[in-house]
Amino acid sequence: QDCTFFTRKEILRLHGRYHEMAPNVVPMDYTKDPDVKLPMQLIINMPELKENPFKERIVESFSEDGEGSLSFNDFVDMFSVLSEMAPRELKAIYAFKIYDFNTDNFICKSDLEQTLNKLTREELTAEEITLVCEKVIEEADMDGDGKLGFADFENMISKAPDFLSTFHIRI
Amino acid sequence: KDKEEDDSKEEDSCSPHNRASRRKNYQIKNSDGKNAGEERRRQRERGKKAPTKDQKESENEGRKTNKKGKEGENKQKTDRKTSTSSGSSNSSDEESLSEEELAMLMEQVEQKKKLISAMRNKPWRMVKKLSVLREAQAFVEKFEGALGKGKGKKFYAYKMMMAKKWVKFKRDFDNFKTQCIPWEMKIKEVESHFGSSVASYFIFLRWMYGVNLVLFGLIFGLVIIPEVLMGMPYGSMPRKTVPRAEQETAMDFSVLWDFEGYIKYSALFYGYYNNQRTIGWLKYRLPMAYFMVGISVFGYSLMVVIRSMARNANENTADGDDDNFVFSWKMFTSWDYLIGNPETADNKFASITTSFKESIVDEQESNKDENIHLRRFLRVLANVLIICCLCGSGYLIYFVVKRSQTFSKMQNVGWYERNEVEIVMSLLGMFCPPLFETIAALENYHPRIGLKWQLGRIFALFLGNLYTFLLALMDDVNEKLAEEDAVKNITRWTLLGHHNSSAGNDSTATPPPLDPADVPRGPCWETTVGIEFVRLTVSDILVTYITILVGDFIRACFVRFVNYCWCWDLEAGFPSYAEFDISGNVLGLVFNQGMIWMGSFYAPGLVGINVLRLLTSMYFQCWAVMSSNVPHERVFKASKSNNFYMGLLLLILFLSLLPVAYTIMSLPPSFDCGPFSGKKRMYEVIQETIELDFPLFVAKIFSYVANPGLIIPAILLMVLAIYYLNAVAEAYQRANAELKKKMQMQREEEKNKRNNKASTNPALQDLEDLLAPSTKRESHPKQAEDKKTESPNPTSPVVKQGRAAALDGGPMTGGRGAACVPPPHVFVTQPPTLGIRPPYPGQPRPRGHPMGPFPGRGRGQP
Repeated sequence: QDCTFFTRKEILRLHGRYHEMAPNVVPMDYTKDPDVKLPMQLIINMPELKENPFKERIVESFSEDGEGSLSFNDFVDMFSVLSEMAPRELKAIYAFKIYDFNTDNFICKSDLEQTLNKLTREELTAEEITLVCEKVIEEADMDGDGKLGFADFENMISKAPDFLSTFHIRI
Repeated sequence: KDKEEDDSKEEDSCSPHNRASRRKNYQIKNSDGKNAGEERRRQRERGKKAPTKDQKESENEGRKTNKKGKEGENKQKTDRKTSTSSGSSNSSDEESLSEEELAMLMEQVEQKKKLISAMRNKPWRMVKKLSVLREAQAFVEKFEGALGKGKGKKFYAYKMMMAKKWVKFKRDFDNFKTQCIPWEMKIKEVESHFGSSVASYFIFLRWMYGVNLVLFGLIFGLVIIPEVLMGMPYGSMPRKTVPRAEQETAMDFSVLWDFEGYIKYSALFYGYYNNQRTIGWLKYRLPMAYFMVGISVFGYSLMVVIRSMARNANENTADGDDDNFVFSWKMFTSWDYLIGNPETADNKFASITTSFKESIVDEQESNKDENIHLRRFLRVLANVLIICCLCGSGYLIYFVVKRSQTFSKMQNVGWYERNEVEIVMSLLGMFCPPLFETIAALENYHPRIGLKWQLGRIFALFLGNLYTFLLALMDDVNEKLAEEDAVKNITRWTLLGHHNSSAGNDSTATPPPLDPADVPRGPCWETTVGIEFVRLTVSDILVTYITILVGDFIRACFVRFVNYCWCWDLEAGFPSYAEFDISGNVLGLVFNQGMIWMGSFYAPGLVGINVLRLLTSMYFQCWAVMSSNVPHERVFKASKSNNFYMGLLLLILFLSLLPVAYTIMSLPPSFDCGPFSGKKRMYEVIQETIELDFPLFVAKIFSYVANPGLIIPAILLMVLAIYYLNAVAEAYQRANAELKKKMQMQREEEKNKRNNKASTNPALQDLEDLLAPSTKRESHPKQAEDKKTESPNPTSPVVKQGRAAALDGGPMTGGRGAACVPPPHVFVTQPPTLGIRPPYPGQPRPRGHPMGPFPGRGRGQP
């Protein structure tokens, strides 16, 4: 309970959800600490994540191996970070990871383009996309290296008015 | 069985650890925060008892440990001495600990507690979190009891629970509140498809509905319902009865449609009210209430409009300086992770796309540079053309009004002649705005500014129409007033004659009362004015709805279905679908509200009609927009506050206040209808109340206050206050601008500075820890280490180079130079190499890493 932002009941419910996705794989009894992982395909089909354009990225960034399969610990961790009690700094760290598509610790132009395409379902023209990406980098890039490091990202996100209200999943 | 139990069991398994060794651990921990070194050591010590559990953690810590290993080793040695001393003595020795040790222990407990409470904020992997947590918890539990600190535990737990409950309750309440906002979802839906500017119209409409609902409550609660309940019933007196001549047709629909007949003699209009000072068993002072409600309608409206304007202005200044990250915020915070419904998700995608397009348009507008002279010339030309149009329409209305006056003197005029003024006015209202829009295309403004100009121009047009209408009405009223004098005499004579005749016939019997329907009566100009306003409102409603139905819906249907068998593409070509006309709709709403304000004094029922109108138009227009309109070609964002709409509203409120105030102050009320009949002026009702119902001194005070000698200084004082406040506001504004400039400068400076240094962030370290997959490290720990030892060497010269370039060629080139070297995180993980490099002046040391005393020698420690 101290590791997450959930109460005991909520963790139990989360476990129920986790169990529900693959009843024959996930044991109900967790006292022996079994090493069970669920593949990404199951998790991104949860109704909470299904419509999210970044669902793959979310799951990937919370999975321990980076491949997208989640153990129950990772699962709880994910929803804990995305709960509304989590502080801004923590959320910012994970948001950075989510938007960092190629996991090179920087949000570069290709990451931005992917983000934009997912956000708009590729309805913008190529010029518009490049324009927007350039603007984003111009706005947020403090150290002038042409991509956003975590410091840039945090600086930008800490001033965003509705980051906290949008970056959470209620489960 | 669940996670929690799992936790607790493992905790139990942990607890029988050797206390002494544990304590020793924490002593070190205390000395060095979260130093990874002793964590490693602790694991080694505990390794025999729980070898598998901490495997991963140890792997995680592995990297840090390497650097700190040496340091840890040193400490360990020193610690061992203390630990052996205290470790040999077991738990029974606890009380014999010295004061200092106790204090230290307490400090540790505090620190552990802090760690526990901060645990959830650490971006570590869950496994690591769990193991660290367990240790901390076990420690706290053990020593808290020893120190007697756990006594208030229950109370504390209770307090925490209550706090949690309270937070939850507050959140639920907030959710409930947002659910209670009417039409929120509808407006959101419209917004997502049509952009914020169209939504701003609907928000304005909703706001107007709220205001009108309050006005409706005021008027119905304080005037109409008391009159219906306690006033004299219909037919009891002349003003409440339909005259004999009209009685046959009074129920006909065509008559009722014109608000004549029974409707005219009902509580909806001014004329129905009696001038009795008090009515009913409550002794309700109806004329007084009527007057006060009439005033307070204006008072409330003024207050609400000004307050919301002020609030909007506040909001504007509150987040005015955050324009720096428009696109970034859109990019990273616009998706709402709560969305789980496919339809909502579709809407959200649409709205995000729209908002991006809005921002792009804004951006492009600001970047445009063209032939400035040509544009100036075009703008001047457009304004000249529009002024010509306005003058033309003004003259046309004047001409028509003049003509109608001659028509009104003639008998047997046709339908067209009677309604010529209205027809011309609505034709002008229909054709001028599109004309203006065409002319405005010359100007090539940004659509948001263009909308304002368009609004201003149509406003001027409508205002001209309104005031000619009012002037015509004034003429009418004056005529009626003249007529009234004549009727007054006739009425008196009729009544007298009736009495005389009845007295003459039979002196003993009381004269049979004259039927109220037969009494000749004056024209009652107030009711006439009220009817005029009601008619105008109703026809306005009908015109609006029919326009929507024909102009939007039928057109959309036609385009949609005839398109299959037509020679050109109707959807893309000429008729196409209609766009939502924001300016026209807003102005329609504003002017309608002006009518309501003016008319509500003469027709209290008008507000009720308006409430109905707003309610239906909310649904109707929402439907029409969603079904038959297309988004604007150039979607643009509404200016943040709709203060412009509010400004228009305030202006129209002021303008509609003028005629009403004029009639109240300087026209005599009709002698035989309305609550103020028999008085010289309407406002005399206040004087009467003060004289009759209040003690004498109040009347005296009132007469003093009303003295011009007091009023003129008061006005002077107010003017001075306004001047002073204005000056203060200006000063603040200047200070604000100055501050903003400073902040901008600071930001630039920061940017430049950052270009010159490879700074790092403690959070980055944790991130780093997470990002590199742990499995990889597990399999190739050696390789990773090798890489680490090699990497700093090529890095530092290049970084140096980059820095040199920065010094030479300014920040930008420096940034470019730095961009092409391997990512800086390589040396983020390698704090010791900083010590090797020649130090630069002002070079920042990474904050998160406590530097070991022997940075180079730590490596190689298992």
